[in-house]
Amino acid sequence: MKLITHNMLTSKCIKGVLTGFPLAINATDIKIKEVDFNSEFITRVIPKLDWEVLWCAANSIGHSDGLPKTIEPKFEEDEEFLKKAHHVLLEIEVEEGHLTCPESGRQFPISKGIPNMLLTEAEVQ
Amino acid sequence: METPYQDHINKAEFDHVYEPAEDSFLLIDALERDLHYLSEINPTFCLEVGSGSGIVVTAFGMAFPNCFCISTDINFKACTMSRSTAERNKVIFDTVNMDLITAFNDNLFDIILFNPPYVVTESKECGGKDITASWAGGLKGREITDKLLDMIPKKLASKGAFYLLLIRENIPEEVIEIMSKYGFKSEIIIERRVRNEQQLVLKFIKS
Ligand SMILES: C[S@@+](CC[C@H](N)C(=O)[O-])C[C@H]1O[C@@H](n2cnc3c(N)ncnc32)[C@H](O)[C@@H]1O
Repeated sequence: MKLITHNMLTSKCIKGVLTGFPLAINATDIKIKEVDFNSEFITRVIPKLDWEVLWCAANSIGHSDGLPKTIEPKFEEDEEFLKKAHHVLLEIEVEEGHLTCPESGRQFPISKGIPNMLLTEAEVQ
Repeated sequence: METPYQDHINKAEFDHVYEPAEDSFLLIDALERDLHYLSEINPTFCLEVGSGSGIVVTAFGMAFPNCFCISTDINFKACTMSRSTAERNKVIFDTVNMDLITAFNDNLFDIILFNPPYVVTESKECGGKDITASWAGGLKGREITDKLLDMIPKKLASKGAFYLLLIRENIPEEVIEIMSKYGFKSEIIIERRVRNEQQLVLKFIKS
């Protein structure tokens, strides 16, 4: 699971959970996989994300080094920043671990890099 | 659009994951036919629901390298195969083992694709998490599809498009009707007869 994906996931489909976002990350195995840098792509993605959630997620797994907590207005001109964002969004892979619902504490396993967000019928709203 | 490499897949794995077939390629052909429109949208996020082997979403990612592709499948083995197919073809991709799109935030996806389990079966046959989930569609072959239709208005970005493969037995007219109630207009992009099956791909956009 990449952190860009974590930014999109919620557990709000659990009965009684209101926002279910962001999910806490517990990683037992993290891999770094090199991905070609594409500044146009990164520039387009950033405004669509919840940056604070991304920063906290990266920080919680020990990978927020040099990543600013907030985005500057002219971030698209700062290549060094875009490269950091690229690394954090696309190159860090949580291979094993779990995600935790912030409200109910329900855990979702991550194995082989794939989060399992399946719920039982009794758990669903 | 180019056909993704599949030479990393061992044939025996298709005992557990849907093997790309005419329907998979019809969906790819529909996207190819709509390439001009898709280039204009210039999508940032594309989601394939039930990606199976990953062939469709990977073909999409190869055609749109500036788009982040993501998929779900209820079958974990399908997720691992989709991941390896994207990797084999150097597509930036992630996948989540999920029921339809229930665990995603709203208004994210510019493009949503679905080649559903569309075979008409008894209700009790559908809803599994193994290879049966790749074809068993329950009543009218629509039980899984109809659940997704309900979620599209919330999950699709405002200028987004939803591509859905159906067969005539699924009664596409009813699907068009449901989606028009949600405020979507529809268009048949492509239609083809495959043995005794009439397959078509519909596109829905907000009207
Ligand atoms: C007809 S196959 C299509 C596979 C692939 N997209 C293709 O075109 O070759 C349908 C896929 O949907 C998946 N599926 C069925 N029900 C699902 C659900 N509720 N949520 C997510 N995926 C589901 C199946 O596991 C299967 O991979």
